[in-house]
Amino acid sequence: MDKREELKDIIPEKNYNGNFVTRARYPHVFEEGLSKSVVEEISEIKKEPEWMKRFRLRALEIFNSKPIPKWGPPLDLDFNKIRYYVLPDEVKARRWEDLPQEIRETYERLGLPEMEKKYLSGSVAVLDSEGVYANIKKQLQEKGVIYLDTDSALQKYPDLFKEYFMNIVPVGDNKFSALNGAVWSGGSFIYVPENVHVDLPLMTYFRMNLQSEGQFEHTIIIAEKNSSVSYIEGCTAPIYNTSSLHSAVVEVYVKENAKVRFTTVQNWSHDIYNLNTERARVEKNGKMEWVGGSLGSKVTMLYPSSYLVGEGASASHLTIALASENTWKDNGAKVLHLAPNTSSKVISKSISMKGGVSVYRGLIRIPKGAYNAKSHVQCDALILDENSKNFTYPHNEVYEETSTLTHEASAGKIGEEQLFYIMSRGLTEDQARSMIVLGFLDDVLKEIPLEFSLELNRLIKLQLERYGGTG
Amino acid sequence: MSDVLEIVDLHAEIEGKEILKGINLRLEKGELHALMGPNGSGKSTLAHVIMGDKRYKITKGAIFFNGLDITNLNTDERSKLGLFLTFQNPIELSGVKLFTFLRTAYSVHFPNDNKTFQEFITFVQSKAKLLNMDTSLLSRNVNEGFSGGEKKKSEILQMALLKPKFAIVDEIDSGLDVDALEAVAKSLKETIYTEPKMGSLLITHYMRILKYLSPDKVHVLMNGKIVMSGDYGLALKIEEKGYEWIKEKN
Repeated sequence: MDKREELKDIIPEKNYNGNFVTRARYPHVFEEGLSKSVVEEISEIKKEPEWMKRFRLRALEIFNSKPIPKWGPPLDLDFNKIRYYVLPDEVKARRWEDLPQEIRETYERLGLPEMEKKYLSGSVAVLDSEGVYANIKKQLQEKGVIYLDTDSALQKYPDLFKEYFMNIVPVGDNKFSALNGAVWSGGSFIYVPENVHVDLPLMTYFRMNLQSEGQFEHTIIIAEKNSSVSYIEGCTAPIYNTSSLHSAVVEVYVKENAKVRFTTVQNWSHDIYNLNTERARVEKNGKMEWVGGSLGSKVTMLYPSSYLVGEGASASHLTIALASENTWKDNGAKVLHLAPNTSSKVISKSISMKGGVSVYRGLIRIPKGAYNAKSHVQCDALILDENSKNFTYPHNEVYEETSTLTHEASAGKIGEEQLFYIMSRGLTEDQARSMIVLGFLDDVLKEIPLEFSLELNRLIKLQLERYGGTG
Repeated sequence: MSDVLEIVDLHAEIEGKEILKGINLRLEKGELHALMGPNGSGKSTLAHVIMGDKRYKITKGAIFFNGLDITNLNTDERSKLGLFLTFQNPIELSGVKLFTFLRTAYSVHFPNDNKTFQEFITFVQSKAKLLNMDTSLLSRNVNEGFSGGEKKKSEILQMALLKPKFAIVDEIDSGLDVDALEAVAKSLKETIYTEPKMGSLLITHYMRILKYLSPDKVHVLMNGKIVMSGDYGLALKIEEKGYEWIKEKN
């Protein structure tokens, strides 16, 4: 029997509906706008080493020199209408009790402390620009596992930090990676030593609280030889009428025979530009798994990449994207097969409803010499009404004769017959539609850690059960 | 009050073409009526219209359930009142497990029944076994890759769980070989006759399934109208002579 069906009854609902405002203290809230002095001030508040300040300033120059990318969704973003640093409170707690009450209540409402207790090896909470909470199980700490917010990691482990910071994602990779290099703040830093397996996931919760806010976290995950770790991100923000910007960089280093799973559940409000650069370098026989559930936001551009640099390295990319009203979801995957016997699997499921636009944009490259590389790409789209759209842009570049690449794509609508059949068993039209959509997503949902597949399940149901009401 | 399903002068069309041309039918609690007729006479249309399929437009007449006019009710509301339709071609639901489907439908019909997950499994499995159904189907996607007989049994299982007051059984004998037909007919009989007995309208081309189920009444539908009604003897006569003689009479 399907385990998920059973757990539905047992696991309490968590609250990913983040539409409420935390009344924190806010000792530092920058005015809107970006300049050299803004960047310098961020670095000074953080008491960073000189090299980091110089790095940020160089990144700012690169950012200013690059044009806004025109190949994707429309980005009517005014960079001068964003606050680049928002400090909620000067606190770095290791116990939930030590957080100021307003902040603690926020996370309680989102269900994080309870989850940590039950399902996680540790968690980090990033509120606006800064990590406010970080904790990891003692036995993992004793084995040398590091799990901190990224700023603390720079202070405590400067050499380790410097080695991996903006390495697989170079600062000049794109306009938004340069922006992140200039104003990055917060994020998770994870280091797993050789032969250590982190059994339960680590989870970081990103929350944006103010309007016109920018959140630019920088996350670095390093899994040494023969190690494994599963990391989960959750993201929410309250609803405002002005645009906010979330532009993260994620760098994952999967060493020989190591395994990393990176799961994201994003449920942004509809005024957020969500423009991220996420990339993994995977060495010999290493395994990288990207799992993403992406809901909400105004515009999302998110194409996790795997660079398979070692023989036998593998990557899997599973994505669910739901584009509802006023949302453009540009999701995809990029895999470079840079060594023999590498393999990859991409499954993307997009849903468009109420005028939303969903896009799959992907690149698989198998250059000459990547003997016996294998890749399978499947992108499926479900379009729920006449006003909604889906586009699929798969780019497959194969130069190696011994490799195989298979590609499947489908686009469909919900059949009236299906709705009638389900409704004849007593389900309302909205419930029937939601059942069909969840069925469509099942290939991916069943691959996601149980907890989160249920959570996504609920989030999607919520969206769909309001379908008739506001459509 | 005793349950009654009543259809009065029902006219319905699809894409401008009139299919039902004035149907009158009254089905009382626990009665089993057979509706026979040649291909294209409108049998399946009637089944779908009774269940509220929006692809058909009702142009005249009404459907009453216990005196309540349900002509404009949504399909799910009709289901909750106690109507059920077994589909001639059950629809595949990709990614939806039969078990999940059953449990969701059951919870909608019996919101106050608080069987635990385990209790529900036992409950469904016992029903499935009673119908001689392979319980491994429960963990497969609804109707995906099911054989003809398995699809029909799954329909009957749904009916057994939801316990409707009236079931419209649409050509459940189509596409089955002799052995599968016997098995399905037995399951159907078991389900319909379990107390309290369901009212049912059994739509069929052929006599063979009626041998197992002995209907109280037999109606013949031709060109969108019920042209003849009678007892079981009428079905026997059709078996022997076909429909031509009825056509000639009308």
